[in-house]
Amino acid sequence: MTTDNGGDVRLSGISKTYGSFTAVHPLDLTVPEGSFFALLGASGCGKTTTLRMIAGLEEPSSGTVFLGDQEVTHLPPYKRPVNTVFQSYALFPHLDIFENVAFGLRRRGIKSVKKQVEDMLELVQLGEQARKKPHQLSGGQQQRVAVARALINHPKVLLLDEPLGALDLKLRRQMQLELKRIQTEVGITFVHVTHDQEEAMTMADTVAVMNAGRVEQLGAPADLYENPQTTFVANFLGTSNLIEAAVDGKDGDDIVLAAGGGKLVLPQARCSAPTTTGGKVLVGVRPEKISLTHIDDAGEIPGGRNRITGRIADSSFIGVSTQYVIDSAVCPEFEVYSQNIDRDARLTPGAEVVLHWSPAHTFGLDAAQDIDAGVETVEEEAA
Amino acid sequence: MAFVRWFKRNLVVIGGLLTLGYLLLPNVVVTVFSFNKPKGRFNYEWQQFSLDAWRDPCGVADMCGSLSISLQIAVWATIGATILGTMIAFALVRYRFRARGAVNSLIFLPMAMPEVVMAASLLTLFLNLGAQLGFWTILIAHIMFCLSFVVTAVKARVMSMDPRLEQAAQDLYAGPVQTFLRVTLPIAAPGIAAGALLAFALSFDDFIITNFNAGSTVTFPMFVWGSAQRGTPVQINVIGTAMFIVAVLFVLAGMVISNRRNKQKA
Repeated sequence: MTTDNGGDVRLSGISKTYGSFTAVHPLDLTVPEGSFFALLGASGCGKTTTLRMIAGLEEPSSGTVFLGDQEVTHLPPYKRPVNTVFQSYALFPHLDIFENVAFGLRRRGIKSVKKQVEDMLELVQLGEQARKKPHQLSGGQQQRVAVARALINHPKVLLLDEPLGALDLKLRRQMQLELKRIQTEVGITFVHVTHDQEEAMTMADTVAVMNAGRVEQLGAPADLYENPQTTFVANFLGTSNLIEAAVDGKDGDDIVLAAGGGKLVLPQARCSAPTTTGGKVLVGVRPEKISLTHIDDAGEIPGGRNRITGRIADSSFIGVSTQYVIDSAVCPEFEVYSQNIDRDARLTPGAEVVLHWSPAHTFGLDAAQDIDAGVETVEEEAA
Repeated sequence: MAFVRWFKRNLVVIGGLLTLGYLLLPNVVVTVFSFNKPKGRFNYEWQQFSLDAWRDPCGVADMCGSLSISLQIAVWATIGATILGTMIAFALVRYRFRARGAVNSLIFLPMAMPEVVMAASLLTLFLNLGAQLGFWTILIAHIMFCLSFVVTAVKARVMSMDPRLEQAAQDLYAGPVQTFLRVTLPIAAPGIAAGALLAFALSFDDFIITNFNAGSTVTFPMFVWGSAQRGTPVQINVIGTAMFIVAVLFVLAGMVISNRRNKQKA
């Protein structure tokens, strides 16, 4: 179904409402051709609905969907050059693997499918299993059949709806790399829906973080992680320490903030909030960016770094790093991940410490938001 | 002591075999007496072995005619009830319509209502409509009571079907008709087949409702009932045994086919 038109997916102003509930607020989104794009969010955030509107399984309440130059907003799914890998795969239980993969080709009236199906099964390393029924395969194998069944049609866009959700952790990691490899090999645009932030960051070139039917932020994984624009993104993508601070003034390209009696410096470019003197800002820093120094050695900390003092409330050793929870005046549960290079034996619960980090690793957020947005979900997902 | 232990260990198997024996004993009696050569008109006492009845199964006046009527009615009732019942089942599971709740419970009525009551009310209805009792009234009655069994069997299957399978088919370029023929129907097939088999067995067997609404038409169960008053020909046992064997052969064939399929796949 490939034509010469571009493979961009362009959503403009699409929304979906069910009665009085708005699943997706009017949304503009462009997925460039050949990219691996992830829609990331907690369950019920509208990411799957968005995907289903691209597939044609859901009709948008407003807006248009373009695939390349072709408007497909009101085309039924079987007329769209798009294929989906469904959550829990939806393999046809009455057909064997070969026929499952051949299904799309046969429906389009292609007679000689054998070669193509065999090549495709080879690509997903299932050549041996062609004559088995889906229930005779393991979860990971079924997943690959689902991918093969969709990919064999050379869609302009491959849609993946939580394709790895049913797999155990180890297999999931393996399949993430596998899918990434396949995408690079075939060069088709992938739109991947997931609630797993690690999965989104590992696989995608671009991630759109969705929350309550809106895209909160869109960007490359590293960008989103290092420079979140909202508390939801800051908390949903990894962990963030957020401190409420007041704007004290400006110093060149930096903003000087007052928090709990101390001073913090934040580069103007890394602050997404309005900064009028006296106004409030949420200062954020990632746990792995912070260094811990025992209070006795506080003099050795180089100047120009942001500092906070506190007491170690808890520490857990997890091999590559040690995770500390610090009790401080400005933030009750400050998280610090410290690489296990030279371990300071004094850093045990109860010890007084200084936390310090480079101002360049600080980001600023609008204090009008819920400071805990996105936190709950992360814990649920991790459990 | 050893016997007690052996008995305890095999209690379930022994219970199963006894139950099976209990189920099969009447069939054994029917089969044995199909080889009887009765004195007089009743085939109730064993006299001597004979193949007379097997050599001439249609030797009794009107019996094979009634058998043929019963088979025809059973086939048509099965077809009618299966098509209608499958459609009702899909409608009940897939669509939300106003009378859905009512239909859902009304469909069970024929199963729950005493057959005599249903038979009598049907007869009242037919008489009031001025319908000619016979083949067609029997067929209508049979389709009616077979429907609920077909609906129940198909509904269970359709309910357990993942709606994403049909979405996947649509996503893979199958239009509505193709989706139904290639995905929905094959997956629902076991439920539909179960419903159809039930319908056939129920229709072929039915006596009470048929007896009320048959007019002068005589089905096989009615023939057996009628002849039981006057004397039972051995051929009845022959037909009974033959039906039993056919049913067992069907089941065995099904088992062999599915076994072979599983072995091939493994």
